Amino acid sequence: MSEAQQVTVSDRGFLDPRHSKYPWVFGWVFSTDHKRIGLLYFYSTLGFFLMAVILGMSMRLELLTPGGTIMSAQTYNDIFTMHGVIMIFLFVVPFVPGAFGNLFLPIQVGANDVAFPRLNILSWWLYIIGAFVALTSVFARTGPADTGWTFYVPFSVKDIHDVTWTVLGIIVVGFSTILTGINMITTTHFLRAKSMQWRQLPLFVWSIYGTAWVQILATPILAITLMLIIVDRVFQPGLFNPVKGGDPIMYEHLFWIYSHPAVYIMVLPAMGIISEIIPVFARKRIFGYWAMAVSVLAIACTGTLVWGHHMFVSGMSNMAVFVFSLMTFVVAIPSAIKVFNWTSTLYKGSVSLEPPMLFALSFIFLFLIGGLSGLILASAGSNVPLHATHFVVGHFHYVIFGGAGFAIFGGLHYWLPKIYGRMYNKTAATVAWAVLLIGFNVLYFAMILLGIEGMPRRSYHYLAKFTVLNVISTVGSWVLGIGLFIMVINLLHSIFRGRPVGKNPWGARTLEWTLTSPPPAENFAEEPVVTHGPYDFETKDEIS
Amino acid sequence: MNHVAEHKDHTYARFGMWLFLFTEIMMFGGLFLLYTSYRIRFPQDFSKSTHVLSLWLGAANSAILLTGSLFTTLAIFALRRGSRRLSIALLAGTVVMGGLFLFNHYLEWSKEILQGIYPNAPHLDQMARGEILYFGLYYVTLGLHGLHVLTGSIILGVMAIFIVWHRITAEDYIKLENSGLFWHMVDIFWIFIFPLYYLLH
Repeated sequence: MSEAQQVTVSDRGFLDPRHSKYPWVFGWVFSTDHKRIGLLYFYSTLGFFLMAVILGMSMRLELLTPGGTIMSAQTYNDIFTMHGVIMIFLFVVPFVPGAFGNLFLPIQVGANDVAFPRLNILSWWLYIIGAFVALTSVFARTGPADTGWTFYVPFSVKDIHDVTWTVLGIIVVGFSTILTGINMITTTHFLRAKSMQWRQLPLFVWSIYGTAWVQILATPILAITLMLIIVDRVFQPGLFNPVKGGDPIMYEHLFWIYSHPAVYIMVLPAMGIISEIIPVFARKRIFGYWAMAVSVLAIACTGTLVWGHHMFVSGMSNMAVFVFSLMTFVVAIPSAIKVFNWTSTLYKGSVSLEPPMLFALSFIFLFLIGGLSGLILASAGSNVPLHATHFVVGHFHYVIFGGAGFAIFGGLHYWLPKIYGRMYNKTAATVAWAVLLIGFNVLYFAMILLGIEGMPRRSYHYLAKFTVLNVISTVGSWVLGIGLFIMVINLLHSIFRGRPVGKNPWGARTLEWTLTSPPPAENFAEEPVVTHGPYDFETKDEIS
Repeated sequence: MNHVAEHKDHTYARFGMWLFLFTEIMMFGGLFLLYTSYRIRFPQDFSKSTHVLSLWLGAANSAILLTGSLFTTLAIFALRRGSRRLSIALLAGTVVMGGLFLFNHYLEWSKEILQGIYPNAPHLDQMARGEILYFGLYYVTLGLHGLHVLTGSIILGVMAIFIVWHRITAEDYIKLENSGLFWHMVDIFWIFIFPLYYLLH
C-alpha cells in the first residue's frame, strides 16, 4: 500500500475527454470503447436500480399495516409490476454483463476491445430506448401494466392497462441483451491474447461466457412470447385464449423457458465476481479451477431444463412435476460445488477482510439461504402450500438480491478503484456492508417466516395476525435503505475525492490490474504475455 | 480508438453472425413449439385447415426463395471472381425474388381475408377451435417470416449499393457473406414452414 500513497491520478486514462471523437456527452453515448460503454451501462442500470429500490420500499411501507396504508390496491399492483420489470429487465439482467462484463472481460482476456464495438454501442442504445419505451407506460392514460413482471395471460391480454408498451420495451431490451451476449462469446473465442489459454481465463470470464450462451439462446424465446402477447392484444388471434382453443398454460411454459434461464443470467455473472474476489483476499489459488469453470457451463445447461418448477400448481401431470423437481435438484449440484470450492479456497488462506471480501462472504451466506429455501420450493410436496405465499418472495430476494445484488456490491467495491483510480473510505464501506446485511436479513427473513405462516404474496392487504412480522420486515427495509445510502454516498465520494491508488491495490493477479487505474484508452500498448494463471499468488513475476 | 472496428477479421464476424442465427432459430422455435403442442391437441382441425391454403402459391414461394438463395450465393462467387456488375445484378435478382415472395403472400392473404379468415374475424371465430388456432398461428408465423424476407431483401439491396460504392470488394466481402447467411436462414425457415402449414394433411 505504501507505493499507492505516492501515486496521483495524473492520467485519467479512458475517462480523459481527449480520447473521444466527439465533444461533451456525445463522446460517451457514441463511443465504441468497451470501457466507456461499460460505464454507460453502469450508470444507467444503477439509476434504474435506485428507482426500483424506491418502488420496493414504498411497497414495504404499504405493507406496514393491514389494508390501505399509503396507496390503493391498484397503485400497489402497478408498483409491484414496475418494481419487478425494472429490477429484472433493466437492472439485474443487463448489469453484470453490460457494465462489468464490458469493462473487464476484454481486459481480462488481453484484448483491446470487444469483437464488435459498434454493435456494442448499438446494444446500449437499444437498452436505453427499450427502457424508456417500457417506462413510458407509467404515463399512459390507462396506467402502467399491473400484471406482475410475468405478464401471465389471460390477464395481460385482457388488461385495459398499457401492457403493450411495457412488453414492447422489454422486447427491445432483450435484443440488446442478445447483442451483448454475441459480443462476449466472440470476444472470448477470438480476441484472447495469443498466450492466454482457456485454462488461464479468469473465472469471471468463464461465467460471463456461460451467461452469454444463455442470453443468446433463451432471450429470443422471451421476445417471441412477449410478441405473442402484443399480437394477441392487437389482432386477437387468441393463441392463448381458451375460447378460441388456445391454452394459457402454454404461455406459462414459453415464458418460463426463458425466465428460468434468466435467473441464471442474473446469478452466474455474480458467481463470477465472487470467484474473482475470494482468491484475491484469501491470497490463495481458487480451489478446483476446472470444477468451477465446468460448473458454470453445467448450471447454464441444466438451468434451461427446469422451467416447469414454476408451474407445479398449474395442473401439469405428476410425471412432469416429478421430472422438473428432479432436474431442479440436479441444478443444486453444480451450485453446491461452487459454494464448497469458495469455502475450500478460504481454508488456510491468508484472509483479509477488506470490503469486497465482506460482501463476497456474505454472498455465500445469503446465497446458501436462498439456495436451500429453493430446494424446499423445488420439492413438489412443500411447493404446493408455499407457492402463493411470501416464502417465494423471500426466497427469490435471497437468491437475486442476497446473491446477485451483494455480489454486484462486492464487485463495485472491488473494481471501482480500478475504474476511477481512487479508493473509497474503507471504514464507511464496512459500516455500509454491516447495515446492509442486517437490514437485508431482517427484511427478507421476515418474509420467509410470513410465507411459512401462509401470508399470500401479490396482495396489498393481509390478515391482522401477520402484522408483527410485516412491521419487522418494513423496518428492515429502512435499515437496508440506510445501508444503501451510506454505500452510494461513500462510493460517489471516492470517485471525486478518494485517495489515488496504484495499478493494483488488492494485489490481484488478473490482467486488468497490470494496467494503470483508470485503464488507458487503448488498454494494452502491446499484447500482454500471460505467464501465469489468474490465481497464481505463489509465483512472483512481472506483476507487482 | 476504433482501430478494432476497422480490423477485418472475417472469422469472428462470421462466427458472430452464426450466433445471431441461433437466436433467430430459437425465436422461431417458440412458434414451432406452440404449433406442435396445438397440433397434437387438435390433429383433425389442423389437417382440415391445411386444405384452405393454396398449395400452388406456397410451392411457388418455396421455389422463389430457393432461387433467391442461389442468386445470393452466385453473387458472392461473382464478386470474388471480380465481376462486380454480375454480382450486383444477381443481388438485384434476389431482391426481386423477395418482392415476388411478398406479392404472392399478398395474393394468398387477400384470398383468405376475403373468405373471412383472419384473426378475430366473426366467420373464423365460429369455426372449430383447432381451426381458429391454426389460422392464428399461420398469420403470426408467416407474418414474422414475411417480415424477415422483407428485412433480408432490404439488407441485400443495401449490400448491392455497398458493392457499387466499393465498400464491399472481392477481398472484403464478409458483409455480403453474412447477409447471404441471413437470407439462407430465412429460406430454411420456409423449408420448415411450408410442409407444416401447406403439406401435412
